[in-house]
Amino acid sequence: MSQVAVDFEKGAAAPSPYVPKMARLLEAEQMTETERFFRVALEGEPLRYEPGQFVSCMVFGIGESPISICSSPTQGDAFELTVRSVGMVTNALKKFGKGDRLGIRGPFGNHFDYSAMKGQDVLFVAGGLGLAPTRSLIRYVLDNRQDYGKVTILFGAREPKWLLFRQEVEEWTKRKDIDTRVTVDRGDASWKGNVGVITRLFRQIEVDPTRTYAVIVGPPIMFKFTVLEALAEGIPEHRIICSLERHMKCGVGKCGHCQIRGIYVCREGPVFTYEQVKKLREGI
Amino acid sequence: MLPLVLNKSDLGAWIEALAAQRRVAAPVLKETSPADRTDLKFGWEYIADPAEVRLDYTVTVLGPKKFLWPARQTVMSYQIGADPRPTAVLDHEPHVLFGVHPCDVTAIQTLDAAFSKDIADPHYLARRADTAIVSIDCAAPCDETCFCLDMGSLYPEAGYDVMLTPEGNRFFVEVKTPLGEALVEKAKVRPATKQDMQARQKFAEEKRGNFHFQLPFEVKYLPEILDASYDSLVWEAIARRCFACGSCNTTCPTCYCWDVDDDVAVDLTKGCRVRRYDSCQLDPFAEVAGGENFRKDRSSRLRHRMFRKGKYILDQTGRSGCVGCGRCERACVADISIKETFIQIAGSR
Ligand SMILES: Cc1cc2nc3c(=O)[nH]c(=O)nc-3n(C[C@H](O)[C@H](O)[C@H](O)COP(=O)(O)OP(=O)(O)OC[C@H]3O[C@@H](n4cnc5c(N)ncnc54)[C@H](O)[C@@H]3O)c2cc1C
Ligand code: SF4
Ligand code: SF4
Ligand code: FES
Repeated sequence: MSQVAVDFEKGAAAPSPYVPKMARLLEAEQMTETERFFRVALEGEPLRYEPGQFVSCMVFGIGESPISICSSPTQGDAFELTVRSVGMVTNALKKFGKGDRLGIRGPFGNHFDYSAMKGQDVLFVAGGLGLAPTRSLIRYVLDNRQDYGKVTILFGAREPKWLLFRQEVEEWTKRKDIDTRVTVDRGDASWKGNVGVITRLFRQIEVDPTRTYAVIVGPPIMFKFTVLEALAEGIPEHRIICSLERHMKCGVGKCGHCQIRGIYVCREGPVFTYEQVKKLREGI
Repeated sequence: MLPLVLNKSDLGAWIEALAAQRRVAAPVLKETSPADRTDLKFGWEYIADPAEVRLDYTVTVLGPKKFLWPARQTVMSYQIGADPRPTAVLDHEPHVLFGVHPCDVTAIQTLDAAFSKDIADPHYLARRADTAIVSIDCAAPCDETCFCLDMGSLYPEAGYDVMLTPEGNRFFVEVKTPLGEALVEKAKVRPATKQDMQARQKFAEEKRGNFHFQLPFEVKYLPEILDASYDSLVWEAIARRCFACGSCNTTCPTCYCWDVDDDVAVDLTKGCRVRRYDSCQLDPFAEVAGGENFRKDRSSRLRHRMFRKGKYILDQTGRSGCVGCGRCERACVADISIKETFIQIAGSR
């Protein structure tokens, strides 16, 4: 363990990692009762990011929240966010519309290793809001479709009214070069699709475990059961990929909130393999 | 530089001269117990009068950390409205921490590393860059909770500008840095004589003899011992007594976890972001939206603190997360001792 090099003068002159850049909303749309979609552009230099990273959104006077980037850098200079209103900041964002300004810090964290996945099959399994971070990689893979083998997307939500990116998912369903399946835990009168937990979709599909990456993002309980399915299919632990959510205040490995054992999720994550997460123990 | 000596009677004049250039923070007497006049409590404060300085102090509840890493610190200010113009706030002024014990010198080095790692934190480092440190060597443990010898903080190799060693009516003055040299220019020092050097040797020998306590294992094995203890029932057993109050974190000279909130002016025209000490022992520390809490049990939180102190910070920065100052044990109403915990887990493997 080498000692961290310390330079007071240089450190004192470093830019504060806690001051956001200003950004403007290009689009804002209420996607469900609680989830709001934003397309955001930094003022000045565009945000350089990778699929799987996140930013911190600052509502001045209220506070700040870490939010996954749900778009891919292949979609142009702006980036997209899906925000579920659960508390102070996220409810304040509910009132934000096109043209409004907010503060953005980041991007933070590591990213999905789309290079390693090249030439391989990719199986996406997203539960609820888990589709947000997953979509960043889905869009990347779809924009580089020729680089990847079989692409399968399984998406589940509690009820039809909670399905995110409905139109986009419907377009994916129509595409012949990807296999997209959607399920809800409970249907409603107008729902014609699958009903049941997402693990059931898993049993409908064919997986070649020797060449598949499984990207699984969703609530902890969904993650646990889906990983079991993936393991049962024979997908090795190091090719089961997830994105973890933790309490985060700084995004730069200082505040300690996101720490799982010796790992700062905000820097070394949020993307991990199941092999890594399993060892962490407090991970899931 | 040749070894120097300062007569104790000239200390006040030196502090006075230093105070003309930078604010002086030093240990002062806070209170005496009504029951026992010899039971003195000291604290770190900015001083107004050199006579307040008590270099004979024993460990304080809060260390000099608070001058570098205050319990509340504004990191940014902004306007509320169409044009927020967020701006970093760096609050610092030249000061000298006068009379820092070796354990706290070592703890400050841990903070230096943590705030420099990967992405520099200028809010801490700007204060640190403006800080001079005059250390005072310890002749004996502050009390029975210290285990600084084991934690490698009794003989710091760096981290101070000047080290004073008290012996009789004089201080040995060791200058460590160019800044230290500038500080000592204001002191009425003289070169050490042969007798002075003999007295210094005597101090060193007595010091070594006074620190008896030793852990039953070599501290370099502590990270491994902790790793092997992860599933031990000891954590549950100790945590049963824990109130999850966080006093251990607040008093620890190497703890640096924080929370941050917005403070908005009453007229709603402007606001600022203020960070405050946080504690990994508090229940909501690792809770996320949806109510999921990844360290729900007290035992997992207590274990997390002990691992951070004995392993994680060391793994991350190369510097120990615990300097063995004993503050957490003294502050704990449940008498939970990190020293005893380390011994217990080593024995329970
Ligand atoms: C890497 C990462 C990516 C995320 N991506 C998204 C996303 O794409 N869309 C989305 O809607 N949400 C996302 N979240 C969750 C989102 O950050 C929290 O819901 C939000 O911070 C809550 O803030 P609030 O002020 O609205 O709620 P509060 O009023 O502060 O609290 C409501 C609840 O949220 C929890 N919470 C508060 N602050 C945080 C925090 N900083 N991190 C995690 N939980 C917190 C509290 O413990 C409480 O249970 C992500 C979180 C992380 C860590
Ligand atoms: S001071 Fe003692 S009781 Fe309070 S959180 Fe720390 S270990 Fe628990
Ligand atoms: S953990 Fe306890 S003994 Fe170790 S440095 Fe912190 S307060 Fe001192
Ligand atoms: S969010 Fe602060 S350390 Fe990771």
